[in-house]
Amino acid sequence: MSRIAERFAELRRRGEGALVVFVTAGDPSLALSERLILTIAEAGADIIEVGIPFSDPLADGPTIQASTFRALQGGVTPAQVLEMVSRVRQQTAAPLVAMTYTNPVWQMGMERFACTAAQAGIDGVIMTDMPPDEAKEWHAVAREHGLDTVFLVAPTSTPERMERVARMSSGFVYCVSRTGVTGERETLPEEVPQMLQAMRQFTDLPLCVGFGISRPEHVRAVCQVAEGAVVGSAVVSLIAREAAGGERALLSAVRQFVRELKGATEHTP
Amino acid sequence: MSDGLQTVPDARGHFGIFGGRFVPETLIPALDELEREYRKAQADPDFQREFYYYLRHYVGRPTPITYAERLSDYLGGARIYLKREDLCHTGAHKINNTLGQILLAKRMGKRRIIAETGAGQHGVATATVCARFGFECEVYMGEEDVHRQALNVFRMKLLGARVIPVTSGTRTLKDATSEAIRDWVTNVRTTHYIIGSVVGPHPYPMIVRDFQSVIGQESRQQMLEMTGKLPDVVVACVGGGSNAMGIFYPFLEDPVRLIGVEAAGRGLNTSEHAATLATGRPGVLHGAASYLLQDEYGQVMPTHSISAGLDYPGVGPEHSYLKDTGRAEYVTATDGEALEALQTLARMEGIIAALETAHAVAHAIRIAPTLPRESTILINLSGRGDKDVDIVSRALGGQL
Repeated sequence: MSRIAERFAELRRRGEGALVVFVTAGDPSLALSERLILTIAEAGADIIEVGIPFSDPLADGPTIQASTFRALQGGVTPAQVLEMVSRVRQQTAAPLVAMTYTNPVWQMGMERFACTAAQAGIDGVIMTDMPPDEAKEWHAVAREHGLDTVFLVAPTSTPERMERVARMSSGFVYCVSRTGVTGERETLPEEVPQMLQAMRQFTDLPLCVGFGISRPEHVRAVCQVAEGAVVGSAVVSLIAREAAGGERALLSAVRQFVRELKGATEHTP
Repeated sequence: MSDGLQTVPDARGHFGIFGGRFVPETLIPALDELEREYRKAQADPDFQREFYYYLRHYVGRPTPITYAERLSDYLGGARIYLKREDLCHTGAHKINNTLGQILLAKRMGKRRIIAETGAGQHGVATATVCARFGFECEVYMGEEDVHRQALNVFRMKLLGARVIPVTSGTRTLKDATSEAIRDWVTNVRTTHYIIGSVVGPHPYPMIVRDFQSVIGQESRQQMLEMTGKLPDVVVACVGGGSNAMGIFYPFLEDPVRLIGVEAAGRGLNTSEHAATLATGRPGVLHGAASYLLQDEYGQVMPTHSISAGLDYPGVGPEHSYLKDTGRAEYVTATDGEALEALQTLARMEGIIAALETAHAVAHAIRIAPTLPRESTILINLSGRGDKDVDIVSRALGGQL
């Protein structure tokens, strides 16, 4: 069983949803990303998405765009991110998912990327701009290296597309809560439960909802209907705000926020 | 059109290893819908009639072919002909595509239109058809381009469009395109995205090529009428590559040399150029696999060209395919060569070409003297240069 599947099995026993937290690797620095990821894991996050920066992040809103830009200004490369992940892996058992776009993976070579990522201790990979239709080769390569392939469904996905996403996915399915890009939002769209219900006809995989999940009350609402909630921009913008105050203050603010988020994942009967 | 030309893209939108659909899942159903609607429209005589009606009575087609007699005599080699897309309504070939796509949007019942623009020509062409057919129109334009193409910004506003300056990244066409795609992901249920070139996810490269191929269809017939034979060489500038694809496509199965001219900016030995096919590697940007200007880690590189319309790190997937199969050749011209060609054409033929187009003119000037008198070169004169006079004047050390 993969580290991701084990975590979901354990959460099911405990009656909790998964808290999935995204950070951009290299923002504010790779050294700090390493400590941030460990802090986030210790504070209770169940899965951590490690963002490998790409210069043209089509699916991301202003917060993650700016974070990506800062990381790239700092000269971060995909290989360096995976090296950092291997250091993290020696210090935590938390499932780690690489989140990126197609081109950095293409340029490294799918085989080399999958091999390096798996050795570094990555458990699954999400490429936001690679729908299952284009993922035949990647799917085979990833499976060969024991990596979970996480694909996305959207509110616009038809039943045929949901079926295809289900067939190609492993670990969990990333359910995009709304039409749009990543970013903090005030409220959750009402159509989410409907999308989840439709998706469950095609898969028994855990469903995690992301895009616009920014507060504990969002996480609580999502965990009533899904197996997990993904928080990205809210954490990334907290890191950006607190980075100037020094490492200790930054880690403490992030620890506090992740604890609050994790506190909201318990299933209420 | 013969069946042979229909073999690319394949059913999944691939041109060999290029093309495809590398976009967030949210957009895939909209691309499916667009493809379905386009295939229906293609087979619908009413749609074709409507498209050709407006091409004729609104755009001003067919555009003429002009024999560049003085330029040909001066260069002393091949005879040069100009396909006059600069005479289209709005001053460039871009409206062939925006007209086709607005008619598709009408069929799909979408009421809001978005577009990206570099030089502003596609933005103006989109704003124009939106005004004509009563659509809401928003155009994304890099802040850098908003400054260097101020005239076109004002034209779009006069036409009732909203111009949204894009301040992310390099603030040029690349980022305007990313921002337009982000808008589309958000508003996909109500909005049609009119892409301005043969780029983006399938079916866009195919749709834009097909709408633009009216240029090549007319040219083929007109050259036969005027010279009794097909041209020996067809030359067109390539940014994303829509004017080039439009004129190349109907000649693909003929014994005609097809040459695309990319922007070499300040020179291929500098990092300041936009010569994607000449110096790039295959990669994925804006929804398609194609040649791409990128660093060794796959990060897209900043580009430079004196012409905003060529200032783009990607290129249409079909051009990548034509390069790799050897069916088309791709060369480059620098900012300086384009400026020189623009002036030469103006003085010899009384035609002020767009800076983009001037890159194609520059290459024709380069090769004409090396070819015999009985051979012919057809240049796609894709746009007029009114929008560029300010930049040209400053580049030549003067002021308006």
